[in-house]
Amino acid sequence: MSPDALMSVRQLSAAYGRQLACREISFELYPGEVICLVGESGSGKSTLLNTLAHRHRPASGEVIYRHARLGPVSLGALDEARLRELWRTDWGFVRQNPRDGLRMRISAGGNIGERLMALGERHYGRLRETAVEWLRLVEIDPQRIDDRPDTFSGGMQQRLQIARNLVTRPRLVFMDEPTSGLDVSVQARFLDLLRRLVAEMGLSVVLVTHDLGVARLLGHRILVMKEGQIVEQGLTDQVLDDPQHPYTQLLVTSVLAA
Amino acid sequence: MSQAGYNFAYLDEHTKRMIRRALLKAVAIPGYQVPFGSREMPLPYGWGTGGIQVTAAIIGRDDVLKVIDQGSDDTTNAVNIRSFFARVAGVATTERTREATLIQTRHRIPETPLAAGQVIVFQVPIPEPLRWLEPRETETRSLHALADYGLMNVKLYEDIVRHGRIATTYDYPVEVNGRYLMRPSPIPKFDNPKMHRNPALQLFGAGREKRVYAVPPWTDVRSLDFEDHPFAIERWDHACGLCGASDSYLDELITDDAGTRLHVCSDTEYCAARRAAGHQGDAP
Repeated sequence: MSPDALMSVRQLSAAYGRQLACREISFELYPGEVICLVGESGSGKSTLLNTLAHRHRPASGEVIYRHARLGPVSLGALDEARLRELWRTDWGFVRQNPRDGLRMRISAGGNIGERLMALGERHYGRLRETAVEWLRLVEIDPQRIDDRPDTFSGGMQQRLQIARNLVTRPRLVFMDEPTSGLDVSVQARFLDLLRRLVAEMGLSVVLVTHDLGVARLLGHRILVMKEGQIVEQGLTDQVLDDPQHPYTQLLVTSVLAA
Repeated sequence: MSQAGYNFAYLDEHTKRMIRRALLKAVAIPGYQVPFGSREMPLPYGWGTGGIQVTAAIIGRDDVLKVIDQGSDDTTNAVNIRSFFARVAGVATTERTREATLIQTRHRIPETPLAAGQVIVFQVPIPEPLRWLEPRETETRSLHALADYGLMNVKLYEDIVRHGRIATTYDYPVEVNGRYLMRPSPIPKFDNPKMHRNPALQLFGAGREKRVYAVPPWTDVRSLDFEDHPFAIERWDHACGLCGASDSYLDELITDDAGTRLHVCSDTEYCAARRAAGHQGDAP
């Protein structure tokens, strides 16, 4: 692992039964860096994301993570308790469908406070203050703090998901197509917010998307996946402006110009 | 004594032994839910099949049994379970908390403080405190294993959001011995403080869900709360109309068509004993 990398992925493979979904993926992620995984449906993007976070156990290979206290550790060697601690403190996980990432029957404030309560915060007043602060940061009216997320619009739900994940000030956030359920104008606003928070908090992000526009706007680097393998990787502009692999060329030319 | 074809205390000895082994494990790990092979009992689920199996497993010929339902000794459930054990075990029964060695209860802990050597058996409908928050059994087991209990406070947080205070009034979640989160069965939260460092052995049986758990004598039992919304028990503006007690859990009865209300002790034995000792309420 290079000395300043946050995460180092080595020869990582993931399988569902005998079906290999990711083959020998290797890359490094640096602090403050946004990496976009692009590729068509079924190319193994989401599986790779889940395997990086060890929500899905890899079939082979390993992920080394620079733990805040323990230093570089192989995630496969961590026990369940340590992994869960990472999931809810040092990492965030933003899902494509907010129903998977939010508790729909719990108020917005409760959603934001959940991680803090898991970490032992037992002061109602302070939980409220933090929730209000985060609602402001993600541009949701703090008046809505006691409303349930199922009364929110799709864009608000995604922003609430962001708040719920960032409240513990994680260093690494995984995002699985966070914008694909949003219409274009809402998407633009969401991307602006995301870009601002990522820059302000110095977040590292691994973002799965099939939208090259999103990748262009947010990504520092891009990994192009096809049939479970990385077929091309490089700086976003470089890959999108001068694609080398035939599949990337196809992908870039398939974008509809407005 | 016991009738032909029936073993002492209804269950066969192998079953009792299996339940006792589960109970020993439960006592060794306070608050931990131990699975056991729950049997069909001659009463429906929800009527105390768990409690009755625990009682049957531990009852001896010298035991004196008291059975209460919602604090009362004379409701259908209490009367039937008491007469069941009188028939199948031939044990003495009583309504007096002090005289009982074994108390099976639904929804209350007696007002009379329990003493060392006594055993209280709770009937439990749903043993898993996180069930309504997390439906997957595999996941709740992990949460218990990792003592990952933040979720429970999310529920209490929602209570305060919606009602301005923690509105959970019964089956109020507790932390046992600084470790396991436990459902105390649907007792009012009024009774929660009685579980804390109680000299009696407290056993819990859930028949349908096939779990037993326990709070050994003198074990810490803490009700969950927030620093700025501390746990508090119910208070009444009234004393018991019959015995004048102001320290007991009260039921509110409507006594006529004009809506006249009467507050009386839910623990009937406690109330009767106080009246026998000369205490009197202000009910006409």
